Amino acid sequence: MAQVTEPETDNLGETLAVEAGGHTPWREYFSFSTDHKVIGIQYLVCTFIFYLIGGALATAVRTELATPDSDFVSRELYNGLFTIHATVMIFLWIVPAGTGAFGNYLIPLMIGARDMAFPRLNAIAFWLIPPGGILLLSSFFVGAAGAGWTSYPPLSTTGEKAGEFIWILSVLILGTSSILGGINFLTTILKMRMPGMGLNDMPLFCWAMLAASALILISTPVLAGALILLAFDLIAGTAFFNPMGGGDPVVYQHMFWFYSHPAVYIMILPIFGMISDILPVHARKPIFGYQAIAYSSMAISFLGLIVWAHHMFTSGTPGWLRMFFMVATMIIAVPTGIKVFSWLATVWGGKIRLNSAMLFGLGFVSMFVIGGLSGIMIASVPFDIHVHDTYFIVAHLHYVLFGGSVFGLYAGIYHWFPKMTGRMMNEFLGKLHFVLTFIGFNLCFLPMHYLGLQGMPRRVAEYDPKFATVNLICTVGSYILAVSTFPLIINAVWSWIGGAKASGNPWDALTMEWQTASPPPVENFIGEPVRLTGPYDYGMGDRNSGIPMPESQANTPMLSGGPTVS
Amino acid sequence: MKVPSAIWTMIAGITITLVSLWVGQNHSLMPVAASEEAPRIDALFNTMMTISTGLFLIVQGIIVISIFKFRKRANDNTDGPPIHGNVPLEILWTAIPAVIIMGIGVYSFEIYNSMGGLDPMASHESHVAHKHQAGAAIAASLPSDEPGMAPSKAPGKLVALGVGASPRTQGQDPFVSVNVLGLQFAWIFTYPNSGVTSGELHLPAGKEVELTISASDVIHSLWIPEFRLKQDAIPGRESELRFVPQVVGEYSVVCAELCGSYHGGMKTRVIVQTEEDFQAWLQSQIVAQSEGLETVALNPADLSETDYLQPLAAEMGIDGESLKQLHAEHHLGDRSI
Ligand code: HEM
Ligand SMILES: [Cu+2]
Ligand SMILES: [Cu+2]
Repeated sequence: MAQVTEPETDNLGETLAVEAGGHTPWREYFSFSTDHKVIGIQYLVCTFIFYLIGGALATAVRTELATPDSDFVSRELYNGLFTIHATVMIFLWIVPAGTGAFGNYLIPLMIGARDMAFPRLNAIAFWLIPPGGILLLSSFFVGAAGAGWTSYPPLSTTGEKAGEFIWILSVLILGTSSILGGINFLTTILKMRMPGMGLNDMPLFCWAMLAASALILISTPVLAGALILLAFDLIAGTAFFNPMGGGDPVVYQHMFWFYSHPAVYIMILPIFGMISDILPVHARKPIFGYQAIAYSSMAISFLGLIVWAHHMFTSGTPGWLRMFFMVATMIIAVPTGIKVFSWLATVWGGKIRLNSAMLFGLGFVSMFVIGGLSGIMIASVPFDIHVHDTYFIVAHLHYVLFGGSVFGLYAGIYHWFPKMTGRMMNEFLGKLHFVLTFIGFNLCFLPMHYLGLQGMPRRVAEYDPKFATVNLICTVGSYILAVSTFPLIINAVWSWIGGAKASGNPWDALTMEWQTASPPPVENFIGEPVRLTGPYDYGMGDRNSGIPMPESQANTPMLSGGPTVS
Repeated sequence: MKVPSAIWTMIAGITITLVSLWVGQNHSLMPVAASEEAPRIDALFNTMMTISTGLFLIVQGIIVISIFKFRKRANDNTDGPPIHGNVPLEILWTAIPAVIIMGIGVYSFEIYNSMGGLDPMASHESHVAHKHQAGAAIAASLPSDEPGMAPSKAPGKLVALGVGASPRTQGQDPFVSVNVLGLQFAWIFTYPNSGVTSGELHLPAGKEVELTISASDVIHSLWIPEFRLKQDAIPGRESELRFVPQVVGEYSVVCAELCGSYHGGMKTRVIVQTEEDFQAWLQSQIVAQSEGLETVALNPADLSETDYLQPLAAEMGIDGESLKQLHAEHHLGDRSI
């Protein structure tokens, strides 16, 4: 049987879009561009730089913890290091990279739109990020905030005042950026879809962004409220949260977690969406259970709003309320489980291409599952009472945030790099990156479960010498993790400049963003974009004869049905 | 062929079950269980470990098998089968996690209730006041000038925070009450019935104790890993922990909530003694403290809290004045237990 193997020749996209891609002059990336693709890449590069800074801070934290004594940095600086590490990783990397970078780049392309609904707002949202981040980092010069990224009063209002104020200000700026982005995504997804594309014809990334944007809009303002009140306590001497003046520090915790619990879903939902789009392409099978995955995103979004007090089981939550939040939290395991099993069923029986994107995609699933399982454990109140605020939690959150979010972002980078730059990435470096990340990550974070269970609290610069060996292992793992970023950086820079040219659709994918040139021209599609297949109709039609979809339905936007590959 | 794959599935299922059960019982991840509550929490953890191990093996197994078995062969550029969904399967794997979490939820509820997490007596102010008439539970930060009177707990408190009496001992007074004060960066334990103040927590084994926890500056969190118990010390609020220390020995008391630069250094010991040893210790403390602070310095456990803190105080930036003041507040009751 004749095989059409060259990606360039059996490319559906090329028939729709003109060959000429939109190569953007580099100066454009430093401008107030309103092109969603430029903004997406601005977000990605900018947040990745912050990621490296956050990683450097983490390495300093782990270096301090290589020995039981507090001997590498001062105790105050140590508290500043992990506080800013966590703040950078959350507010300057995972959230803006998942939503801002990939959301901006992909959503208009995926729904066949020419840009986001509010391009100027979009640019403003991005341009809040660099000043917000630089402001945050500058706080090291005045004594950085050291009350943890949770910033609980009264500690936060009695410590480093200047550093704490800068922290509040920068988080407010970053939160504003996030809200502006959320408004834009919501409007774009709901209003700008190409004719003939219903909600159920969207790629799953769009569903995930819909759910995440709703969460952003509902919860971020509450954080802003909490922080503004905190700032008053800090600088104006009010007593909203200060027990000395009749305030209540637990109220802050409620407000803070009303945002920050949903925030973990703001971080992970876009990643869920990306994985749902990446796995089918490289497994060459339709996503299993499209609607289950789509609606489970909405369910997670809703449930995510009513579980915040599970962060407060040992603080100000009375017994019966602990039970309510325990049950609500556990229920989230159901929609999450639906996703995981659907991904597994998607991969099972496919024709898996084990490239870098797929390796990170599968790595995401297996690491995220570990974080999810420890998540169910800590939902259980009696058990959480033991491990709350210990290294068990640090392990859990890194399995979710690093093994989950970062692995997912990596998968996204390898998958969409050809679309963004018009160049292929180097597979050898990609696989090296994966292996180093996988080993370093597990070495660094798996032993932390044990540390927490045995009695090591988190956020400490010094610890019981009986934990020395295990901590040293974690630190070695963290160094491997630090090294693991080099292959990625080299690969990205080198491939962007001189990598092999990518066709419009190097992976033979079916979602709309691949049906135009790489990188896409300024307004994304030349002429009116036409949807020929559903986003995941792999195995239908006859690609051997160059017809990638059911013959009988050529040129009509149809989703499923049709003959299988003979 | 159908038959072999069914057999393979069965073998895999049995293996996974056996491995999970083994891991659940033999992980040895937890430290010694030294309170009456601890073994229950360990049992819960073991159950969750068993289930988690099983799910973990299934997921990783599917991924690893897929990678090897369903790898694209060279020259094969066809797609996989176009399977979009399978309703019975989707219902099945919605139902399985639902059943599992229901099981874990009910089990957790049972354990939590048996520990006293849902102590109804603790949820109403009137009961709280009543329960504490016998033992003067004076928060160290709330000095009273009427040592004979038993002030009620924090006024206006409607719900108790923490873990109260287990259903078995509800309505009864604990054997020992201790007031715990967290401050940057030390724990101070006061035995209100005898006026003893200590930097270390002494408890009798096998008797129900109640800690009334408060904080003077920022939030701290009292954690005794071997007891599997933890409760935040929140300024302006009181919380309680009621439990039975079981195994004689020394364990660490850890501060689990970030409380400032010396948070990592804020730790002390809990010493679980036989009842006689405990009473002897208490008596020695009463004598020592009535003879004045400087006279006894036999062993660190017998140091008064001022002496205990003095060497730390300079490093931690606590001035001697505030220590003295603290001490004064603790000399309220002078009754023996
Ligand atoms: C994207 C990746 C990462 C994210 C999102 C992330 C996020 C966080 C967060 C939220 C915390 C909690 C801080 C707190 O307790 O307030 C934290 C703590 C910590 N992170 Fe990361 N982290 C990441 C990567 C890393 C890496 C690569 C390392 C090691 C090299 C690391 C080491 C640590 C350590 C040791 C702590 C504990 C500090 C403490 O005692 O609380 N993190 N991280
Ligand atoms: Cu403390
Ligand atoms: Cu502390």
